[in-house]
Amino acid sequence: MKKKNFFLAHKQFTFFLILALLIILGAVFAPVVTGGADPLKGSLTEALEAPSRAHIFGTDKMGRDIFTRVIYGARASLSATFGVVALIFLVGTAAGVTAGYFGGWVDGVIMRVADMMLAFPGLVLALAVAGIMGASSRNAIIAIVLVNWTKYARLSRSLVLKIRDRDYVSAAIVTGSKTKHMLFSYMLPNALPTLIITATTDIGGMMLELAALSFLGFGTRPPAPEWGYMLNEGRACMQSAPWMMIFPGLAIFLVVVVFNMLGDSVRDILDPKEA
Amino acid sequence: MKKKKLALRLAQILVVLVGISFVTFLLTYLSPGDPVRNMYTAAGIMPTEELVAEIREELGLNDPLPTQYLRWLRNCLRGDFGKSYTLNKPVTELLLGRLWPTVKLTLLSMGLMLLMAVPLGMLSAVYKDRWIDYLVRGLTFVGCAMPNFWVGLLLMLAFCVHIKAFPVISSAGDLRSIFLPALTLALAMSSKYTRQVRTAVLEELNQDYVVGARARGVRESVILWRNVFPNALLPLITMFGLSIGSLLGGTSVVEVIFSYPGLGNLAVSAITSSDYNLIQGYVLWLALIYMVINLLVDASYGAVDPRMRAKEQIR
Repeated sequence: MKKKNFFLAHKQFTFFLILALLIILGAVFAPVVTGGADPLKGSLTEALEAPSRAHIFGTDKMGRDIFTRVIYGARASLSATFGVVALIFLVGTAAGVTAGYFGGWVDGVIMRVADMMLAFPGLVLALAVAGIMGASSRNAIIAIVLVNWTKYARLSRSLVLKIRDRDYVSAAIVTGSKTKHMLFSYMLPNALPTLIITATTDIGGMMLELAALSFLGFGTRPPAPEWGYMLNEGRACMQSAPWMMIFPGLAIFLVVVVFNMLGDSVRDILDPKEA
Repeated sequence: MKKKKLALRLAQILVVLVGISFVTFLLTYLSPGDPVRNMYTAAGIMPTEELVAEIREELGLNDPLPTQYLRWLRNCLRGDFGKSYTLNKPVTELLLGRLWPTVKLTLLSMGLMLLMAVPLGMLSAVYKDRWIDYLVRGLTFVGCAMPNFWVGLLLMLAFCVHIKAFPVISSAGDLRSIFLPALTLALAMSSKYTRQVRTAVLEELNQDYVVGARARGVRESVILWRNVFPNALLPLITMFGLSIGSLLGGTSVVEVIFSYPGLGNLAVSAITSSDYNLIQGYVLWLALIYMVINLLVDASYGAVDPRMRAKEQIR
């Protein structure tokens, strides 16, 4: 009963949550959505066909159905994005809470490493890492995580520092609370809401960064459908088959909009003063 | 006090730079491909095993990691980043040749961005919660969610393929060919900036001095342009500086789309062909430039805003 009230009270959140779930379900049940079509197989007699009733988004150079590839592409994009966000969240928070709680040289080392990562502008480090380690979706994820964990480390560190010297924290330490207990029951819960807000609002941005990497050819390997790389393929046939680049781009755009709106509404719920 | 802080910052930069150089070196050291083989295959030759071993010895690739790193670092400090395997030219020369086109692209896109973001942000703040505000906010929201390479492709489709107003390949480097890449970058950035301008102006409009000025009967346009505008610009200067830095490294995607002869394009082709010397040089140089710009931005805080001089900087 209480749950129902929550969803009714936050209509915007509920609306975009449902949309996000629909997108995820569409990716999971891609074979059902596309009616069993194969995203990797096409017939060359049907290459570069304009959108029609048989192929509502048209076909690409190899005669593969673009609608099918866009739906299957959601799997690659969504799983990579969620992986990245989960990893930067975990790595960044662990590093930041540790640095803030223990201070001293631990703090120094962790934050200098973070500084080092921040010294590279935007995509440069991600490009270098993804490029040098070889193109694959795993390496693209590692590259983006390396660049982005620092934000969470800084945030969680500053949140921990805010309460580190409060009396109730000192009291808990003096009365013999174990370090593990201090970290998980005092420090982490204090930092968590802000970090969750940041993570949800970051989903869209991370998706764009991943798509940019694979657009440049440093992500998922070619035959597998992925939106960024599909745009890359579409670029070559821009004149003869503009639908090849329009639909994957539209897919990225719509998914990013939905997750950005979801992030905004999560922020409104968890942190009303910032709205 | 101020000098001491600056010295501390410089020392910090030095530490970070050494760290970066090590990371950069390690990345290529651990990379799976063999540079000697790549060098030969790039030239279209299949090298024999003996030849590979010989060249490896000659280039010192068989030495232990610390020796290799120190030798490499010494050369870098002398300004020698080695030769590019694929283009057969010194890395420094290649990078310097591509630096100006990227700087040009960066500056032009920043200019275009300001032309869009400042008026839109001001409008949207002044007419808060009117239709124009909703329109601007909607546009910035759409802009934030569009991948910039898609925007670039769409612009290209519209203006190069259909209307034929601009060349598809921007390698000429004149204003006509640089316009679309700059516009692509500007569109993506201006969404973010318009919001910032709006927030900054709104914040200033709520200040007491605005209420005071209004009560004294000062004209609204005077308040807006003489008082609010300069104050609202302060926080934007910082963002502006930081964006220039990240743009220098972030133009790759757009440069590739428009075949623009800049740093980013060079870096992407270097990475695709495993041209390690070139990659290392590129990463190190950009990190250095970026850090210097950040330092300048930090230093300008105090110069631009007297309040900042008093405030402790929160790290």
